[in-house]
Amino acid sequence: MQPNGVVNNSREMRRDIFQAIADPTRRAIITLIAVQAMTPNALAEHFDITRQAVSKHLRILQECDVVRAKQQGREIYYQLEIEKMKEIDKWLEQFRKIWETRFSQLDDLLSTLKKQKK
Amino acid sequence: MKTALLFDFSVNRENNTIHVTRAFDADAELVWKAWTTAELLDQWWAPQPYRNQTKSMDFREGGVWHYSMISPENETHWCRFDYEKIVPHESYSGFDAFCDEAGNINTGFSRMHWENVFSQSAEHTTVTITITMDTLETLEKIIAMGFKEGFTMGLNQLDELLSNLKKQ
Repeated sequence: MQPNGVVNNSREMRRDIFQAIADPTRRAIITLIAVQAMTPNALAEHFDITRQAVSKHLRILQECDVVRAKQQGREIYYQLEIEKMKEIDKWLEQFRKIWETRFSQLDDLLSTLKKQKK
Repeated sequence: MKTALLFDFSVNRENNTIHVTRAFDADAELVWKAWTTAELLDQWWAPQPYRNQTKSMDFREGGVWHYSMISPENETHWCRFDYEKIVPHESYSGFDAFCDEAGNINTGFSRMHWENVFSQSAEHTTVTITITMDTLETLEKIIAMGFKEGFTMGLNQLDELLSNLKKQ
C-alpha cells in the first residue's frame, strides 16, 4: 500500500483536477460534455438531481478549471478543457515514479543479498 | 549506471486495475525471499523518504503481514496485508488495507487485491503485479495519494541536487 496523504482542508488551497473527478456526478458531467458543450438544463435531464445541484457541480468544475462557460445568446454552454484533463496523466507518472523508487531499493537489496551468498 | 531492466506500469480505468511488471537481476528464489520475508521487505517496501517497519509477519494462507510506513516527520501509516493464496516461488495474492496499530481495518478506504506472479528466465526474474480496486473512486484516491508522495520525492531530489551543487 502507499502511505496515505494528509487531507488538506485549507481553504486557500486552490481546487484541482482531482477534486473535479472525486465525485461520480462530476465524472458523469465530464463524460457528457466531453462529447459536446451543453447547457445546465440539458445536463440536468441526465440526472435525478435538481438543477441547483447540477449548477453546484458545474461551479466546482469551473473552479477546478476543467470546464469553461461560454455565453451563446441567452444560453450558457459548458465545455470541457481537454488540456486540464491531461494533468491526470502527469499525476499517474508520479505514481509510476514511486514504484521506480521502490524497485530500485529492491535492486540494491538483491545485489547485496547475492554478494552475501557468494 | 544500472542496466535498464524491464519496467511497465499501466492503469486500466475500465477494470479498476493497476498493472506493474518489473524484471530483477536475481533468481526467483532470492526475489521471492525479498518479497515475502519481513526483514527484507522492511528494507525496500516503503518508497523513500518513508521507512518500513514490520510489526508482525505470518506468511501463510490466511496469515497477515502487519506493518507501518513512517515518514521523515514520524507520521505513521499502518497497513496490513492478508495473504489469500500462496504458491511458493511462483505467486501469492491477498488484500492490502490501511489499518491502525492494533490491526483494525480503516473502513474509509477500500481494500486492494494484489496478485504477484514470479517467473524466472535465463537472466532475470520478472514479477507481474495486478492490483484490483473495487471502484474507480478507490483507484483515484490511491493515485491521489501517490501524487502527494511523488511531490515529497520531488523535494527529496531537489535536496540531492542542491547538495551536489554545493560540492561543485
